[in-house]
Amino acid sequence: MFPKPIEKSSRSVQIGYQSLLPVALIFWLLPLIAVALFSVKPAADFTSGDYWNLPSTFGGVENYSKVFFESDMPRYLMNSILITVPTAIGAVALSCMAGFALGIYRFKSNLWLFFMFVAGNFVPFQILMVPVRDLTLDLGLYNTKTGLVLFHIAFQTGFCTLFMRNFIKGLPFALIEAARVEGVAEWKIFVYVVLPLMKPAIAALSVLIFTFIWNDYFWAVVLTQGVESQPVTAGITSFNAQYRAAYHLMSAGAIVAALPPVAMFFLMQKHFIAGLTLGAVK
Amino acid sequence: MTTTTAIESKHEPPQRSWYKRNEISITPWLFLTPAILFFTVYVIFPIIQSFNVSVLAWDGLGEKEYVGLSNYKELLDDPAFYTSLKNNMIWLVLYLLAIPAGLFIALFLNQTVAGIRIYKSLFFFPFVVSQVVVGLVFTWFYDPTFGLLNAIIGVVGLGPINVLGDPTYVTYGIIAAGLWPQTAYCMILYLTGLNAVDPEQVEAARLDGAKGWKMLWYVIVPQLKPATFIAFVVTIVGALRSFDLISIMTNGGPFGESRVLSFYMFEVALSEYGFRMGYGAAIAVVLFLIMLCFIAYFLYSMYQEEKGR
Repeated sequence: MFPKPIEKSSRSVQIGYQSLLPVALIFWLLPLIAVALFSVKPAADFTSGDYWNLPSTFGGVENYSKVFFESDMPRYLMNSILITVPTAIGAVALSCMAGFALGIYRFKSNLWLFFMFVAGNFVPFQILMVPVRDLTLDLGLYNTKTGLVLFHIAFQTGFCTLFMRNFIKGLPFALIEAARVEGVAEWKIFVYVVLPLMKPAIAALSVLIFTFIWNDYFWAVVLTQGVESQPVTAGITSFNAQYRAAYHLMSAGAIVAALPPVAMFFLMQKHFIAGLTLGAVK
Repeated sequence: MTTTTAIESKHEPPQRSWYKRNEISITPWLFLTPAILFFTVYVIFPIIQSFNVSVLAWDGLGEKEYVGLSNYKELLDDPAFYTSLKNNMIWLVLYLLAIPAGLFIALFLNQTVAGIRIYKSLFFFPFVVSQVVVGLVFTWFYDPTFGLLNAIIGVVGLGPINVLGDPTYVTYGIIAAGLWPQTAYCMILYLTGLNAVDPEQVEAARLDGAKGWKMLWYVIVPQLKPATFIAFVVTIVGALRSFDLISIMTNGGPFGESRVLSFYMFEVALSEYGFRMGYGAAIAVVLFLIMLCFIAYFLYSMYQEEKGR
């Protein structure tokens, strides 16, 4: 344990540490706290130039109901869900299979294929922009959720395969050998032996992909336009254009857009962190 | 593999289908096909195509015209390209600050007091929030009329500074916003790494009189190597991918001073500068080549590790 456990220190150090924690936290989250505060201030506060005092009246209900009932925000949110969920399912399914193949079987090009997925995952994805946009246009999928989903599945497969393959490598190989001895068909080994053991990895990847895709902005701007298919990250810029200088509404909109991944994180914290930190310990 | 063959020969029926006989060598390919297909169509192929498009003059719709290396020649005389390249380098260097910053926050939080788990998750919070929202939040934070930053430095009699409107500060201001979630990411990597630090080694070092910085540098940091490697990888990738924050906070301005390559490419190919796909692809190729140095290093490290297994 490093640094030295605080409970071994003197009482005053312990109290000092305990009181430093909330101060540090507030400092760290200050920009977000400010936005949260803005989002519950009534419009009148801003017109009177009062930005940093506590809300004169609680305007949260009015601000948030405006966001939900008088703007396109619900549609953007719906689009985000319709993009994020299929992507998570698709990428996890593809990478379970690819990870199984790369983690269990020995064949010549195994490591090369694995490195192809890894390398592709590191590529600054902007360099794919021109060809992918062109391809999506050719397929007639420009400005559709499907076009976005297909690309996201493909690109996320790189990271997911890296993750799944390393996870499967860590499973006891004796289990697979035992099943082979029993004469179980290979695809049945995947379905009945490996897949049940992959549940934690599947959970971890699903929440990670959900968050990554929900927060994607670049591809949303490149491959879609307009309210019928844009996700909330792109939608919020048009929302902000509509409510220019209405900081209470823009703040409420930003909070609404940020909330689903945050909720996901707090609900699935264990899986989320397990996914992010895979490989951080040997 | 020996066991499998031994068993197979023991109770093997004389005639088995071709698939049954080759099951072990065919199955991995069946399982790999969909992933390879998707990945080739949407990632591998477009990388190659980017190289091809970069020697064309093309507006994305009309005729493609082969222009050889003239896009690259134009880049060499393009001041906006150099600004973007310079900013990319600043991003790369300063973004790495997320690694030590994350380590120190992790050390600060690596205690077992009541409620520490909540603190850890709340410190991690910025990473979960979309970069678009981070960008908005920091734009307001920097705002010269009502931003919190100027409210704070106003107390000590400084300012007001218009961070995002000033060509000297703008890139640093955006990087600071980017460092916020990135530090949270590195912190969580190190918190996990610290969990796995061998307590006996720490105890032994303590008996030898090591403490403080020496302990950290000679005993703890070497054991955190896997976490540091991942933090390095994700930070470099994150720095080169920076786009969202720039697009949200300044849209490249003022006077294009906050552009980076990925943003400039987007501008050239898809926005008011007209649809110059070839020129955009040429910028993409430069960005790719920068990344390739790092990818080669990452893969080399991973290869060494795979061999060691």
